[in-house]
Amino acid sequence: MRTPDVELQWWEGCPSTETALEQLSEALADLGLPGAGVRTLEIKTEEEARRRGFVGSPTVLIDGRDAVGPAPDDVPGLACRVYRRRDGAISPTPDPHDLREALRRAAEREEG
Amino acid sequence: MALAIGDPIPEFELPDTEGRRWSAADGSDTGATVVVFTCNHCPYALAWHDRILEVARDYADRGVRFLQINSNDAERYPRDSYEAMQHRVAGEDWPTPYLHDASQDVARAFGAKVTPDVFVFDPGGRLRYRGAPDADYQDPGQRAAWLRTALDSVLAGGAPEQAQTEPIGCSIKWRK
Repeated sequence: MRTPDVELQWWEGCPSTETALEQLSEALADLGLPGAGVRTLEIKTEEEARRRGFVGSPTVLIDGRDAVGPAPDDVPGLACRVYRRRDGAISPTPDPHDLREALRRAAEREEG
Repeated sequence: MALAIGDPIPEFELPDTEGRRWSAADGSDTGATVVVFTCNHCPYALAWHDRILEVARDYADRGVRFLQINSNDAERYPRDSYEAMQHRVAGEDWPTPYLHDASQDVARAFGAKVTPDVFVFDPGGRLRYRGAPDADYQDPGQRAAWLRTALDSVLAGGAPEQAQTEPIGCSIKWRK
């Protein structure tokens, strides 16, 4: 398995960053990738959010791709992101199963 | 500066999604007043939304008045515009008015910080609880227990033992 590149983008207006980091650490450990680091990037301005396509905090990029994919009505900006868990519940962080699955797919992807 | 426990409810008059105006003084003959600062797009506000509405329904016949207020800057966050509020209420079953604080003056007067931010006033209009609806936005089984406990205390003529908790949610989007 390769080690995917993982970046957590966050904005100070949302209290969900720590939870998202804990979820990522647990998911990486579950996959046997405890040494894989998570890079964090604070998004500070609306302009930066637009430029990076940041649709809300937290956003997890795995190998540069959004781990769970934005919702159709998500627009770039400084906001707290709305996620849907697998049971349908609204959540400020991704479903841990979705994160784990996205990381596993990235880890199993061929280099190249 | 935020309201302190024991402070009177600030005066305000705001329109709901049908244009009817609501004021703090309207509640002078009610058993208690609950003011919730909320919005359309915050995951914390959305996660707690059904629980808060359930409390509003459960306490309606006990003279408790609920007012939900959206103070977010709609220019930067169009999903919190007055039109978006109207659209949302039209498509859902709200037992509470949803008020538009376009100037953000009411949020400032209360010292609201996040969505949701819950304020409970006794029949005399004094603040008796401020904070989160319950301990866990992810657990519907909590049923807004902190809010219910505060209301039960106020309706019994007392004050809740836990008068303040830390409100958890998205920061209110202030105009720049």
